[in-house]
Amino acid sequence: MSDLTRLTAADLAAKIHSREVSAVEVAQAHLDRIAAVDGGVHAFLHVASDAALASAALVDDSIAAGTAPASPLAGVPLALKDVFTTADMPTTAGSRILEGWRPPYDATVTARLRAAGVTILGKTNMDEFAMGSSTEYSAYGVTRNPWDPSRVPGGSGGGSAAALAAFEAPLAIGTDTGGSIRQPAAFTGTVGVKPTYGGVSRYGLIACASSLDQGGPCARTVLDAALLHEVIGGHDPLDSTSIDSPVPSVVAAARQGADGDLSGLRVGVVRELGGEGYQPGVQASFDAALRQLEKLGAEVVEVSCPHFEYGLAAYYLILPSEVSSNLARFDAMRYGLRVDEGASAEAVMAATREAGFGPEVKRRIILGTYALSSGYYDAYYGQAQKVRTLISRDFAAAFAQADVLVSPATPTTAFPIGDKVDDPLAMYLNDLATIPTNLAGTAAMSVPSGLSDGLPVGLQIMAPALGEAVMYRVAAAYESTREPLVAPEVSA
Amino acid sequence: MGTRLDVPTAGRAPGVAAPVIHLLEGPLSAAITRDEVAHLARLARLAVTDAELDVFAGQLDVILGSVARVGEVAADDIPPTSHAVPLENVYRPDELRPGLSQEQALSGAPASEDGRFRVPQILGEEA
Repeated sequence: MSDLTRLTAADLAAKIHSREVSAVEVAQAHLDRIAAVDGGVHAFLHVASDAALASAALVDDSIAAGTAPASPLAGVPLALKDVFTTADMPTTAGSRILEGWRPPYDATVTARLRAAGVTILGKTNMDEFAMGSSTEYSAYGVTRNPWDPSRVPGGSGGGSAAALAAFEAPLAIGTDTGGSIRQPAAFTGTVGVKPTYGGVSRYGLIACASSLDQGGPCARTVLDAALLHEVIGGHDPLDSTSIDSPVPSVVAAARQGADGDLSGLRVGVVRELGGEGYQPGVQASFDAALRQLEKLGAEVVEVSCPHFEYGLAAYYLILPSEVSSNLARFDAMRYGLRVDEGASAEAVMAATREAGFGPEVKRRIILGTYALSSGYYDAYYGQAQKVRTLISRDFAAAFAQADVLVSPATPTTAFPIGDKVDDPLAMYLNDLATIPTNLAGTAAMSVPSGLSDGLPVGLQIMAPALGEAVMYRVAAAYESTREPLVAPEVSA
Repeated sequence: MGTRLDVPTAGRAPGVAAPVIHLLEGPLSAAITRDEVAHLARLARLAVTDAELDVFAGQLDVILGSVARVGEVAADDIPPTSHAVPLENVYRPDELRPGLSQEQALSGAPASEDGRFRVPQILGEEA
C-alpha cells in the first residue's frame, strides 16, 4: 500500500474513480505514512485521521452508487496550511495566541475542498501568522526539510511543502504573501503556485498583509497543481477582492504544455533577478533551464525591471504596516488567548499579546506602527506605495516584450536550521525574487529545476494577472524534460 | 470589544524624533532608539520586556536602515498603489443568509457571561 503515497494526485484520482483502489485505502496509506515519518519532519500540527477516513468513505460510497465524482480530485488526500479556518479542526496560524482555537466556520478554500470530495488529512506547520521564510518562527517547533533534516524547508508554508516532499500528501494548500508558497516549493523540490491576486478567495484565511496575501496550490507535479487550482479558484462573494471572472483554464494548459512544444512563446529573463547575491549552483541551474526552454522552441529575451531592486524595501514597509493593523484583532476579548485576567483591558491586551506573539510578529508590528506614524508615513509607507506602482509598471513593460518572465525562485538553496533566525534582514533576503509578484498582484510559480550540492533549486515562472494558463503551459513543458526530484527516505 | 489599537495619525507622538527629510538627496539616515521602540510597543499594546527592547532596538535599526532605500527612488509624480487590483464599491445582493449562532460566536471566547463576551474593565474607577 505504501506505493500509493508515491503516486501523483491525477493518478490517484484515476484509480479511485475507476474503483481500482478505494479513497479510504488511499487516505489510510497517507495517514500511515504520516505516522511513520512525521516525527522526523514535523510537517503537521494536527492530523485529522477520523475526519479524513470519514470523508474518503463518503467518496467511495458515492462512486459505488454510480454517482459521478464531485470533482477530478475527489478522494485525493491534501495537507492544509494551518492558516485557513476549519470548523472541525484547530486553527492556530502557528501562533500561541490561537492555541486550541476552533473556528466557528470554514474558510471558502476549506469549503471548496470539502465540496470537491478532497480528503483533508490535517493542518500543516507554518511561520507564525505566515511571517517568516523558514518555518522556524512557528510557535510549535521547526519543520525539517526532507532533503536534509538539518535544513529548513522554507517558509512560511514549510509544513505544506515538506509534507509533499516526504510523500505524506500528494497535494497541499499554501499562502503566498511574499513568496511563502514558491520559496518552500523551491527548497523542497516541489511545485508551488501563487495565483493572481484575487484568484483564490481569502475568506477564512487568517490575514497577514491583506493587499498581498494569496492562497494557492502546492503539489509534486504541474498538472496536480493545476487540478487543485481549478478546485479552489474562482469568485467568492464573501471576499470583496476576489476576481469576478472565470478561473483560467490551467488544467488544459498543463496538458498542452506536457507536449513539450513552446514554439512561438517568448520567455523574458529579468536582468535584475540573478547574478550577484545568487548562489553559483542556483544560477547554473537557472542557466541550464533557459537552454532547455530554448530547446523546447521558446525564444529567450532579456528584459529589465529597474525598480525590482527596491521591491524588498517597499515590501518590508507595506507588509508590517498592514500586519500592525490586521493583528490588532488579537485583543484577548472575543477569542484566543487571554492572560492577566482581572487587570484593565489595556493591561490584559498588552500582556496577552506579549505572551501570545513570537519575536518576528512583534518586530513587524512595531515596524509597521513606526512606518504608519505621523511624520514618518509619507517617507516610509507612502513612498513604498509609490515604489509599488513603479514595480507594476516594470511588469507591464516586461510583459509587453515576453509572454512569461523567469528567474531563480530563490537566491540560495535551503539553509541550515538556526542560520538566520536571529538575523531578520538576512532572512528577508530569501524573498528577493518572489516579492515583486506580490506587490504587483500578478501570478508566479516555482517548478523544480534540479539539484545543487544535493539540494533542490526552483525555477520561477511569472505571468501577467490572470495569465496563469501560459505560465502552467511553460511549467509543464519544462517539467516534461526532467525526471521528478525524489527526496531521500526520511527517518522518524 | 475594548479599547482600540491607536496608531498616531495626527500630531507626532511624544518622544519620537523629527522625521528625516531630503528624500531625493540620498538614503534616509534612519535610526531608531530603544525609547522609541518602547513607545511604539506601548502604542501597539505589546508589553515587551527589557531584554526584548535591547534586541529589537538593534534589529529594527538595521531593518529601517535597509528599507529606507525606498527614499532613493524619485517618485514625486507617481501615484501610490494601495492595492494591486483597483476595485471600488463591490456590492453583493442584500439578502438574508445564515450567520453564526450566539453559541458559535461565543465558542472561542476567553470568558463569557449571560450570552455575551465578558471583558476586563475598560473605563477607570472614577469614570
